[in-house]
Amino acid sequence: MMRPTDLTIAQALDALDRREVSAVELATAFLDAIERLNPRLNAYITVTAEQALETAKASDARRAKGEAGKLDGIPLGIKDLFCTEGTRTTAGSNILDGFVPPYESTVSANLKRDGAVFLGKLNLDEFAMGSSNQTSAFGPVENPWSRANDPAKRLVPGGSSGGSAAAVAARLAMGATATDTGGSIRQPAAFCGIAGIKPTYGRCSRWGIVAFASSLDQAGPVARTVEDNAILLASMAGFDPRDSTSADLPVPDFRAAVGRGVKGLRIGVPEEYRIPGMAPEIEALWQQGLDWLRAEGAEIVPISLPHTKYALPTYYVVAPAEASSNLARYDGVRYGLREDGRDLKDLYERTRARGFGAEVRRRVMIGTYVLSAGYYDAYYLKAQKVRALIRRDFEQAWEKVDAIVTPATPSAAFAMDEKQDDPVTMYLNDVFTVTANLAGLPGLAVPAGLDAQGLPLGLQVIGRAFDEETVFAVGGAIERAAGFAAKPGIMA
Amino acid sequence: MTYTLEGTTGPWEVVIGLEVHAQVTSQAKLFSGAATAFGAEPNSQVSFVDAGFPGMLPVINAECIAQAVRTGLGLNAEIHLWSRFDRKNYFYADLPQGYQISQYAHPIVGQGAVEVTLADGSTKTIGITRLHLEQDAGKSLHDQHPTKSYIDLNRSGVALMEIVSEPDMRSPEEAGAYLAKLRQIMRYLGTCDGNMDEGSMRADVNVSVRRAGEGYRTRCEVKNVNSIRFVMQAVEAEARRQIEVWESGGTVEQETRLFDTARGVTRSMRSKEDAHDYRYFPDPDLPPLVLEQGWVDQLKAGLPELPDQRRARYAALGLSAYDAQVLTAERETAAFFEEVAHGRDAKAAANWVTGDYFAALNRLKRTVTDSPVSAKHLGELLDLMADGTLSGKLAKEVFEAMLEADEAPGAIVEKRGLRQVTDSSAIEAVVDEVLAKNADKVADYRSGKDKLFGFFVGQTMKAMAGKGNPALVNEVLKRRLA
Repeated sequence: MMRPTDLTIAQALDALDRREVSAVELATAFLDAIERLNPRLNAYITVTAEQALETAKASDARRAKGEAGKLDGIPLGIKDLFCTEGTRTTAGSNILDGFVPPYESTVSANLKRDGAVFLGKLNLDEFAMGSSNQTSAFGPVENPWSRANDPAKRLVPGGSSGGSAAAVAARLAMGATATDTGGSIRQPAAFCGIAGIKPTYGRCSRWGIVAFASSLDQAGPVARTVEDNAILLASMAGFDPRDSTSADLPVPDFRAAVGRGVKGLRIGVPEEYRIPGMAPEIEALWQQGLDWLRAEGAEIVPISLPHTKYALPTYYVVAPAEASSNLARYDGVRYGLREDGRDLKDLYERTRARGFGAEVRRRVMIGTYVLSAGYYDAYYLKAQKVRALIRRDFEQAWEKVDAIVTPATPSAAFAMDEKQDDPVTMYLNDVFTVTANLAGLPGLAVPAGLDAQGLPLGLQVIGRAFDEETVFAVGGAIERAAGFAAKPGIMA
Repeated sequence: MTYTLEGTTGPWEVVIGLEVHAQVTSQAKLFSGAATAFGAEPNSQVSFVDAGFPGMLPVINAECIAQAVRTGLGLNAEIHLWSRFDRKNYFYADLPQGYQISQYAHPIVGQGAVEVTLADGSTKTIGITRLHLEQDAGKSLHDQHPTKSYIDLNRSGVALMEIVSEPDMRSPEEAGAYLAKLRQIMRYLGTCDGNMDEGSMRADVNVSVRRAGEGYRTRCEVKNVNSIRFVMQAVEAEARRQIEVWESGGTVEQETRLFDTARGVTRSMRSKEDAHDYRYFPDPDLPPLVLEQGWVDQLKAGLPELPDQRRARYAALGLSAYDAQVLTAERETAAFFEEVAHGRDAKAAANWVTGDYFAALNRLKRTVTDSPVSAKHLGELLDLMADGTLSGKLAKEVFEAMLEADEAPGAIVEKRGLRQVTDSSAIEAVVDEVLAKNADKVADYRSGKDKLFGFFVGQTMKAMAGKGNPALVNEVLKRRLA
């Protein structure tokens, strides 16, 4: 029997079924690992040990009665952007100081419904704004991987779902929820050597998830395997009448799609993703991935997504614009932090100045600016037009191909003290991922290899809207071919 | 005649446009399931959506959409099958989300028109620019504590229709008539209760003045006026202020003002420079609102008869313009009249309702909704007159009895023996008696004193305790005196 923390979700479900392990044993093993490693990694903001053991016990009881749900007994971490009833929810920010939601987000409620055990709330960039998990008010998360030639150098796990990715990579959770507004699932998954999928916009309900940019935000899982992602997404997804942008569509059998193979599939390779200065290792890995797929019977088709170069600037207009409005509710009046002031305006200014970190303030300022009278047409409206063009690029591509494969990130994980001076350098992390958000398409990051320093690198599979099945099929094929077995230095 | 205000330098025309905020009649709020009843305990009708909690999302209430469409149809306006909700961003303590969801660029209802009738009987058409849906904010209470403000979020998220008129009104009377007409139409439709004292309807009044033949001058907006009378007063007060500014060589600045109802003047609230930049943009939580023409047609087919149509129908029944106007003013009055008139002579019914019945309501300080007499009983009274059981005079007596206790008039007639005498032999006997007693007057009459006829009628009726059928009494007298 493997160590409980090494089991994948698929393996653990089998082991639970065969009574080789109990939910309580699983939860205990992960809680021990968290106790040991979380002080170093800082992946969890809140650990709900007591609650986890209780629900694990209840899960074992259900299984004994033959009433186990699809995920019964699986220990998961929840990104601290999902509101959890009765458990503090921070969004990685001081402004929600002391906020305990009286409601459960739809996605986490769906996981609970299927029997999942929640270990705690995972660290993230403040309000999910960041690509390094360094903007969290609860301190940075450390990547459990390190460079072979400089093991002491502390690396970032990526962001904003850095806590989710680091926890799963270091075996502090079997899987985790995450959210992706511009790459916040796929980039940290790639940096931490795990898989993560941002499903189609509308696949998972946004109800109860602290909003960053409503037209881009989408919840998804991170887990060590593609199959585990498929299992988790099947529980998380589904129509929710409380979210008007949620899609009223049945949830397909994602897990069955993982092993489907790629024979006869047309895989697009967008020339515009060959950006200047891309690391040769990334370029080589990309080629390797395409070769694997060709060997499995896929046809590789060069395509053009001509508006790709405008995606990042478009994203950095649309996302801050929506964020500036979404974050207006954090005003110190009804919940969270309040800094008293001379009058209402003073209360707002003090509360928001103290409650929000520098990156959040920067984006609120950018968003306010691009929506202002006299600038709206030049920025926000223009960005909406470009967004439509980016969407059209993909629609035209789908006439020729069934999925698109690109690198997940332009580099491997960087160090905590790198890329700090210029926010724009940091924003470049999202260059391969934002397009899927702008077009609302599913995107999966799969670990596919290591760079020269032994750091994981990932490939990204983008699919048609609501065709996560093909994405899983392609991701599954890459995963099998890559046989990624490397493990991080810090691990339970 | 054009309404003008006389300045020191000559007459000025007044140009008025109204933005009316009307609360949609619905059980739940525009984007949440919370209730909307007036007068509830503070903060007792608030969902997490209305309070702007993290992760909460708006979901459109279909009934509010239907109400807006009905109102649009009632205003003869274009219904936009594609509309969109935008966010209007500003900070205030009673605005929990930090933005109001409204329809800025693409309203649900476009251009329409309503016809108003003025006191001199003339009519005027006022253009409707648009109608859009938006959420109300909560309420700040600054007078509950010396250093604190209290917030009541019961109204937060309640659905409002903002109805914007063209600057087509030219006098306080026209502004008042327009507002009254809007209120009447919405009350007929059941889309807004029109209770201005409960804040269900309020108006922002845009006023400018100009010389005859000029283009528009700068306007000012008088915010949140909450009665028809105050709207009329505010128009005049603001117009007079602007005339004074222009005539003293100044320039009217575009600004938002408040009407001080106690002093009857408008006061500056904020100038154009202090105006908010609302940073409108499409609400990404709500997909565009797309309606099907078939659904709109269905709503249209289900609309009740509107005041204008009803008035025309009453006129066709032979009612006077005045009666038609008065009877259609309130939906409830019209319904009462219809029940009284059902299967009966409409003119007789109108005469009774606008005459004795309205007089009784005035006297008793009651309204049609708490009527002392049911429409059914009033109708039966008309039947008793039509079949000759009651004379007009007797009917008034029965009606007075009905006001005391809403009994069936037939029962009152029986109980009090008020049935009129239509037996001609009985009348003949009384007439003969009267003539015999007044032989001298009979002689005078026959020698040419025609006016004495009334005396004989009076004497006969007196002898019959008022129960003689007047027509028969006349007929018998004429015959006997011939």
